[in-house]
Amino acid sequence: MTSTGSTAAALAGVTKRFGGGAPALDGLTLSVAQGEILVLLGTSGSGKTTALKTLNRLVRADSGRVTVLGRDVEGWDPIELRRSIGYVIQEVGLLPHLTVAENVGIVPRLLGWEEPRRAARARELLSLVGLDPDRFGPARPRELSGGERQRAGLARALAADPPLLLMDEPFGALDPLTRRRLQDEFKALQGRLGKTVVLVTHDVPEALRLGDRVAVMHAGRVVQEGTPAEIRDRPQPGFVHDFVAAALP
Amino acid sequence: MLSFLAERHAELATLVAQHVVLVLLSTAIAVALGVPLGILLTRRRRWARPALALAGVLQTIPSLALFGFLIPLPILGGIGARTAIVALVLYALLPILRNTYTGILQVDPAVSEAATGLGMTDGQRLRIVELPLALPVILAGVRIAAVVSVGTATIAAAVGAGGLGTYVFRGLATVDTRLILAGAVPAALLALAVDALLAGVEHSRRPGRAALALAGGVVAALLLLAFAGRARPGQPRVVVGSKNFTEQVVLGEVLAALLEDRGLAVDRKLNLGGTSLCHEAVRTGRLDVYVEYSGTALTDILHRRVRGDRRSVLREVREAYAGMGLTVADPLGFNNTFALVMRADTSGRLGLRRMSDLSAHARTLRVGLFGEFLERADGLPGLASTYGFQLGVPPTEMDLGLLYPALDAGRVDLVVGSATDGLIAASDLVVLEDDRHYFPPYDAVPILNSARLADHPGLASAVAALAGRVDEGAMRRMNLAVDGTHRAPAEVAREFLRASGLSAR
Repeated sequence: MTSTGSTAAALAGVTKRFGGGAPALDGLTLSVAQGEILVLLGTSGSGKTTALKTLNRLVRADSGRVTVLGRDVEGWDPIELRRSIGYVIQEVGLLPHLTVAENVGIVPRLLGWEEPRRAARARELLSLVGLDPDRFGPARPRELSGGERQRAGLARALAADPPLLLMDEPFGALDPLTRRRLQDEFKALQGRLGKTVVLVTHDVPEALRLGDRVAVMHAGRVVQEGTPAEIRDRPQPGFVHDFVAAALP
Repeated sequence: MLSFLAERHAELATLVAQHVVLVLLSTAIAVALGVPLGILLTRRRRWARPALALAGVLQTIPSLALFGFLIPLPILGGIGARTAIVALVLYALLPILRNTYTGILQVDPAVSEAATGLGMTDGQRLRIVELPLALPVILAGVRIAAVVSVGTATIAAAVGAGGLGTYVFRGLATVDTRLILAGAVPAALLALAVDALLAGVEHSRRPGRAALALAGGVVAALLLLAFAGRARPGQPRVVVGSKNFTEQVVLGEVLAALLEDRGLAVDRKLNLGGTSLCHEAVRTGRLDVYVEYSGTALTDILHRRVRGDRRSVLREVREAYAGMGLTVADPLGFNNTFALVMRADTSGRLGLRRMSDLSAHARTLRVGLFGEFLERADGLPGLASTYGFQLGVPPTEMDLGLLYPALDAGRVDLVVGSATDGLIAASDLVVLEDDRHYFPPYDAVPILNSARLADHPGLASAVAALAGRVDEGAMRRMNLAVDGTHRAPAEVAREFLRASGLSAR
């Protein structure tokens, strides 16, 4: 791990409310150190995806402060901010009318890279995530299996070499075997590249396997934060205990 | 039918070309307006509902009414292709606008959000993600608009814009099925061809590229045509108009031939869609001359009640028209009043000779008439109260061309026709006498735009030469030659001018 201890991204007292009812984020405070994998673990409706989206300003906080790479996101041009962050989404992430290579080269395209450089970069990244560029590059996303699509999505997020990756259920909707293999490969890759990662999941084993730290969320707040071992061995009584115990053998 | 087509293939080719240009140009303009507007609406959602509702309302305006609004307008209006194209664009707007809007909105919001999350600006998201994904839906809208335009463009003939509607209208006016088919069948084939072409684009492997290629081709073709159109010589031409029934078309041809004999260049805008349309066109200088009827001018255009005889009606119309910048020439010589027509055997059996006899038989008579007669100021309600009768059976509304066949077949006992209907001369029919002088006089009079007379020296004197030269018998014979024996109006007009010594040719 290449952590230097400095903070790559942070939320401080962030509140977000959609319409009436309970807030989606309720004074949420979080931080992720450089080179670290922080997993936001929670049930659906816990606010974990909303929290993730405040980091690339797809969601704007009502109050509180969100900083990315040391700067308040409200001070960033949102387009520039998003191009500095890799974003991996479950399933729908790939644009269906573009080829896989075009998808992988999309952020470089937005950044104005020339076509030969984009194509070379796409080949490089497809190889990196274990997809044969000659076979998968010209294919459409629908011709790929779920696991192949997730690999391509990861390649796309890495294309412009961003220091921070946001991943929203990146291994959801995969069969257990494929999921397990991708998780291992991803963990190894991250170790090599030293990217900072914020990953959202509702899958307890996944969180414990991938995270350097895990933040368990419930009703818009972090109810427990710690290393996977701490979460597994000393879950807080109540929600965390029930949630973790229910998912582990 | 084949020899008919062989005879007219050159004219038919011109009409098809005009039709294609109308459809291409109007669809192209509608795309150029509708797609950006549809995109804008996805960005300003609050405007979407009113904007789409407005486009929907535009579609429900009957084309003739739309032409009526458009003709007096300075840039968009007039008589000819421009007005027709404006109307076609307005009709084509809704499907294109609606499909662009819904096509973009139906793009999976998760995909749009992913695009935003990758760092696309609004414009990039539109160009790279939303438009390509919405393209099949947008193309389907364009396809609907273009196919509908092929059908709607037949109406263009009503404002003298040409196209295949020219045959349809001429055929309807002269009760000539061959002409109607010669317009309708190619129009239907054209619609199928346009549909197939656009379906090909829609379902091609690269619809974006195919659509661009097609659009490029259309623009190039239109530029070429515009360039070719520009080369025409700019001699000032007299524009002769007419309404859309046989007598009017024949009179238009008579006027046109007479003017041509005298060395004037003439544009024929015949078969225009109705009284108010012709009136607006001549008033605003889009037409130089057309033939109106004094009673129609007084009641339908001036909205006045008829008092007095032929001469005082004419005087009143002339004075009122002068105030609108219109010159009313001297009458041609016939009074085309309404005629209540019966078969001679029915008339004899019932002893019905005069309109005042109607009160005794009205309860059992089956009457056929064209719809306008129910509404006109000088129509059925006034007739019934003047002669004190009430129909026992509601009258049957039918097209002008169907009245006499229905009478002949015994489906109706009495029809409301015109005094100069050619078929009155041909069949064994009786015209009831208007013994209480209910109907106003309908003297045929050429109407000229006064301001344009100076541009066309010789126009006024040519029209004046026709004064008193067309009597009821002559008009009936000309109408019969067209309606009964399906001869071309131009030929009949030419023959009349020769026979009456007005022309040597």
